[in-house]
Amino acid sequence: MSVLRVENLNKSFGGLKVTDNVSLSLEAGERLALIGPNGAGKTTLVNQISGFLGADAGAIHLQDDDVTHWPGHKRVRRGLVRTFQISKLAQTLSAIDQVALAIHQRDGSINNMWRRKTSYKKVLDEAHSILDALQLGRLATTTPAEMAYGDQRLVEVALALALKPRVLLLDEPMAGVPKSEAQLVLDALERLPAELAVVIIEHDMDLVFRFAHRILVLANGAVLAAGTPNDIRRNEIVRAVYLGKAGQL
Amino acid sequence: MQAISVLPRMTSAPERFPWHVYVIGLGLIFGLYWLFPGNMLIMTRIAIMAILVMSLDLLTGYAGLATLGHAALYGVGAYAAALCAKFLTGDPLVGLVVAAGVGALLALISGAFLVRYQGLTFLMLTIAVVEIMHNLANKMQHITGGDDGLSGFTIDPLFGTFEFDIFGVTAYWYSAIALFLCYMVLRRIMNSPFGLCCEGIRENRDRMNANGTRIYPQLLKLYVLSGAFAGIAGGLSAQITQVVGLDSMGFTLSAEALVMLVLGGTGNLIGAILGTALFTGIHHFAATTNPFHWLFVIGGLLMLVVFLPQGFVQKAVNRLGRRVVTSTAGVAA
Amino acid sequence: MSLLSNILIDGVVYGMVLFIISVGLSVTMGLMRFINLSHGAFAMAGGYVAALLIREQGFGFGAGVALALMFTMALAVVLETFVFRHLYKKSELQQVLFTIGFTFACIATANLFAGAYIQTLPLPEWMQGSVALGARTLPKQRVVVVATGGFVVLLLWLLVARTRFGIWLRASVDNAGMSSSLGINIRLVQCATFATGAGLAALGGVLGAELMPLEPFYPLKYLVLMLVVVAVGGLGSISGTLCAALLLGIIDTASRYVASGFGNLFFYAAMVLLLSVRPHGILRR
Repeated sequence: MSVLRVENLNKSFGGLKVTDNVSLSLEAGERLALIGPNGAGKTTLVNQISGFLGADAGAIHLQDDDVTHWPGHKRVRRGLVRTFQISKLAQTLSAIDQVALAIHQRDGSINNMWRRKTSYKKVLDEAHSILDALQLGRLATTTPAEMAYGDQRLVEVALALALKPRVLLLDEPMAGVPKSEAQLVLDALERLPAELAVVIIEHDMDLVFRFAHRILVLANGAVLAAGTPNDIRRNEIVRAVYLGKAGQL
Repeated sequence: MQAISVLPRMTSAPERFPWHVYVIGLGLIFGLYWLFPGNMLIMTRIAIMAILVMSLDLLTGYAGLATLGHAALYGVGAYAAALCAKFLTGDPLVGLVVAAGVGALLALISGAFLVRYQGLTFLMLTIAVVEIMHNLANKMQHITGGDDGLSGFTIDPLFGTFEFDIFGVTAYWYSAIALFLCYMVLRRIMNSPFGLCCEGIRENRDRMNANGTRIYPQLLKLYVLSGAFAGIAGGLSAQITQVVGLDSMGFTLSAEALVMLVLGGTGNLIGAILGTALFTGIHHFAATTNPFHWLFVIGGLLMLVVFLPQGFVQKAVNRLGRRVVTSTAGVAA
Repeated sequence: MSLLSNILIDGVVYGMVLFIISVGLSVTMGLMRFINLSHGAFAMAGGYVAALLIREQGFGFGAGVALALMFTMALAVVLETFVFRHLYKKSELQQVLFTIGFTFACIATANLFAGAYIQTLPLPEWMQGSVALGARTLPKQRVVVVATGGFVVLLLWLLVARTRFGIWLRASVDNAGMSSSLGINIRLVQCATFATGAGLAALGGVLGAELMPLEPFYPLKYLVLMLVVVAVGGLGSISGTLCAALLLGIIDTASRYVASGFGNLFFYAAMVLLLSVRPHGILRR
């Protein structure tokens, strides 16, 4: 039983077709990379899967549920979580506060108006362990405004993990991360829970070929090619479209 | 799996005051009473306004929703308490409950619409609400007394023994204790996960959405809570001055409250109290026969505060407090 | 029928004054993201200087108004360069706090220099009396206001759509950082825009002296009115401000004629309606 199934998804903005009959399916623990030239519609696809954007036609299934028309927050509660290309973090709340907030949201305690937030031992313990697992333990009381950008990207991953996702959509996690901090993010990606299904949008081909079990190539909103990294590496059409006429991989 | 981090657990601000801070707070209330017996009227006024400004802090400081319509909730609480004393019962505590309830109700009705918006649009809509309420209050003169104000009601003695007389003693204790209790309750609420949620909404709405939080219901809850406390402030004012004027539902009051809040510092409730005390105190001392001189003083102060480092007022008070504590400790040793 | 035309004419006049005063605020808020709650002080300054020059110093109307405009614009340039531009990076609440403080200071200053009384602005000969326009006779003053308003709209349109400065302005409103890295002198654009807006406000203060009396509390009294026009019109939109000003001017005049017992309830109800349907501005989607 695939944990995520997208069937014949279509979306147009006026005359511009941004998602052209895209289908994909994902098993638990599978790593799928979404690559393609700029403007291919990768983020738009992720927006539709996560519920940020409504599709014109097609279906999205999360395990047994048909989430095609579900609002975004409902999908999150079912375990479909995404990160953003540009970090969306609360700038003046400490990392531990933000992770705790995500956990409160997940287990429903966010509606409690009377218990002191520091009295939630289990929540705080879990928050600390998530941060520790991402080597962010020393930054627990730091705010994103005081952090290096690479660490901010990791906090975003921490928040996603705090929501206990079954499917994680990572939108260019390496975007904007300086070379000196890139290894941190790579390590974090490698240590993601094994049973988590991951879709990752990336331009860094080293990362893609190292990390992905399967690759989906998008161009002009449609699926250009799909297969294992080796298949894609040898695919003539991909070379031509993605890398231009000269086409060298 | 490593369960506990070696680093000390801390959230963004100390959320549990040691018990002696509360004692100091109570001591302050006692002390002010003994030190300035002639100024009880202004201290009562500060206490009442501080509750209003704290309720404003919930929306503006914690949730990031700047509003200039808060006087509507205050005013409606004032009129409700007055009408309660006139037609129902003169018991002040019942009046306060009614005032809180009516404030919360208006907040629910107006908030259900307002909270869908943000930023300048939200601000302007709140102005519209208070102006519309003001006009309605003016129009419904048979209920509100219009320009002349609503009077002709008396408040029963508090707990059956403490009379509200012209000396203002009961009024002072009534409002000061009310401020103390309101502060403790609001602080507790905003230190809960709900409070953290509101701060998250202020910081980054997209992030809250991405976490699966539905912003609208949370903000509406906050708005109703804020309305209840603004209503309490209005009710206190009505009961103590025993008259309710149209200006309790005016834009000017909203603007003053916002200025007091930003002056003292947003987002932690103490700033609301400090700002109110500072603004009211300066108004009291600088408003001589010529009302324009006071405008120079307060105008200059507001402009100055903006160019001082953030949270200046609170940091200055902190430093002062520490100096007092260490010097008294030195004396005692 | 004559009631309707009265409402329309008075409404358009009122709307034109609101537009001329508020357009500078709208562009400033859209361009510099600077919430200047003391904008009304420029309108007041223009009116006051013109009134004092014409009444006390015996200047002619044209000369007095021209000098008042120049004074106000010079004042605006100085203020923007040395004071306000340090606020652009500060938070919105801090901008609100500072400009309210500045407004208080302006009110106190006006009182200090000219007392608490309403400043009367004597109209010149050619603006007094009425003129026949078709079947109706209109006060000349009203005609001048509407004509000036139309002239200002034309001038602004030419400036924004047909000059290099206009291109710089539009680019900077859209994306200040990008425009600056393209070589556009952002500081010049900001300062010139601010000064122009202040000058227009001064003109509006002069033209509207009959509808909006000049007294020390002027900037505070009409602050909400300006904010409403700007919010309904959409920040940074000149045509939006015009549309909003005319619409709201007519609605407010109508309610004053027809339902004066309700005060400005209908004005605010109209604003709520317009804002809830078009939160980003009346002409924007």
